[in-house]
Amino acid sequence: MDQIKSGKIFSELAKAVTESQVWMSSFRHGYADTPRNRVLQIASNVWLHLHPVKIQRHALRIKFTWCMGGITFLMFLVTVVTGVVLMFYYRPVGEYAYYDMKYLQYDVPFGMLMRNMHRWAAHSMVITVWLHMFRVFLTGSYKAPREFNWVIGVFLVTFTLLLSFTGYLLPWDQLSMWAVTVGTNMARATPFLGHEGPFAEFVGVSPRYDARSVLLGGSLVGPPALLRFYVLHCIFIPLVAGALMIVHFWRIRKDGGISGPL
Amino acid sequence: MAQAVKKKVEGPSADKVHVWPYLVRLEFMCAIICMIVLTVWSIVIDAPLEEAANPTKTPNPSKAPWYFLGLQDILVYFDPWFAGVVAPSLIIVGLMLIPYLDVNPKGNGYYTYAERKVAIWVYCFGFLVLWIALIIMGVFLRGPGWNLFMPWEYWDPHKVVALTNVDLPYAFGIRTYNAAMIFGGLVVGGYFVLGAMVYFFMERKALKNVGFLRMFLKIQLLLIMVGIVVKIVLRLGFNIKYVWVTPWFNI
Repeated sequence: MDQIKSGKIFSELAKAVTESQVWMSSFRHGYADTPRNRVLQIASNVWLHLHPVKIQRHALRIKFTWCMGGITFLMFLVTVVTGVVLMFYYRPVGEYAYYDMKYLQYDVPFGMLMRNMHRWAAHSMVITVWLHMFRVFLTGSYKAPREFNWVIGVFLVTFTLLLSFTGYLLPWDQLSMWAVTVGTNMARATPFLGHEGPFAEFVGVSPRYDARSVLLGGSLVGPPALLRFYVLHCIFIPLVAGALMIVHFWRIRKDGGISGPL
Repeated sequence: MAQAVKKKVEGPSADKVHVWPYLVRLEFMCAIICMIVLTVWSIVIDAPLEEAANPTKTPNPSKAPWYFLGLQDILVYFDPWFAGVVAPSLIIVGLMLIPYLDVNPKGNGYYTYAERKVAIWVYCFGFLVLWIALIIMGVFLRGPGWNLFMPWEYWDPHKVVALTNVDLPYAFGIRTYNAAMIFGGLVVGGYFVLGAMVYFFMERKALKNVGFLRMFLKIQLLLIMVGIVVKIVLRLGFNIKYVWVTPWFNI
């Protein structure tokens, strides 16, 4: 009773919790604001240890970074989370795809919101990745020793566009089908490898067997193309882009952290 | 060893701060603001869903996704093998080559215009004009038949546009096929050869430091980019369709 009256019970309780085996095994350091804990907070956390423990002061200035790389990554994470939810309800089959979209929009709780967030995050990602690249160019951050990371970045811009493009087909409505038709029609003009491209006659490609038909699994944007784009969109490109992101972030650290005046 | 020591002296200033909390709190705030904006945007504006896909019903205009409309607009001026395949490949390769072609050591890690004027002009022209402006034009000003419509104009699918384009050799009075092919080849080849020669002459002092291959790739990529603009001007201003017609490809 005395303990409750004096309030001592709270500190006793806190001590019992923070010194318990469960707590000690979960949290590897204290939370008191000491230089040591500030370092440990980053270095001993699997999610935060992507950061260095200390950075130059100018790297905090939003005028310098525009925050665009981070926002691009955030938008990617949003599309991953909402995309997994959408995959529960969507079947990439010619007969079902469009009706699954209708079902998702009108019958699934928060289905419309999930779809909207997925689409707008994807469009935002395209814009922010361009702006990130623009910022990196304007600050000359691609110069030595960061040349290689710029190359990885160009791959990532390309994969961002390909992710968005393959996802564009999946609603299986007029907008998506014809946009992808316009886009993939270009492949048949590929030099040597497309049946309408220059020098195709020397290779012997045909409308049913050229660069475009490999992409579409047929000679027009039909159900096989839908399945192909679905697999590319949900599995192949995210995996490749994810791997490249790991390299991209890792190289920032290895190349001496964020760029700055020497 | 001596180099490593020197690097340390020249290295970034020692004015460092802890990432926790100074950077992490910024990232956290930024993420929260972005998520709020995205959520409100997603509640207010619905993603489009048109009628079911129908391969027998082609919409007019048929547009690629908005981020590719710059390339689709280039299709007016170039055949698909260039606008749809070679140009995007060159954009990707050219972007990747930037750090290896730009050997100017200045302007590394800070904003400067004065120390790298040409680089900034080239990138801004390519990005803001040839990429962004063409996208805006493609989204808002291209109507049925891919014709140009001002924002206040009705998108008339029956708009009549006179097609009076001729090939460049024809405009110069050349009427036979083979002569036209040779003339076109000379014009296109001459553009690249002369352009490169002028560049190498003007920058002859840099040759020793920068290297032949670097300068060669740089000027070729630049000439291709400028060539796209030249072709647009030729088409819009002088009704020129192709500069060079061959049995295999046209430019």
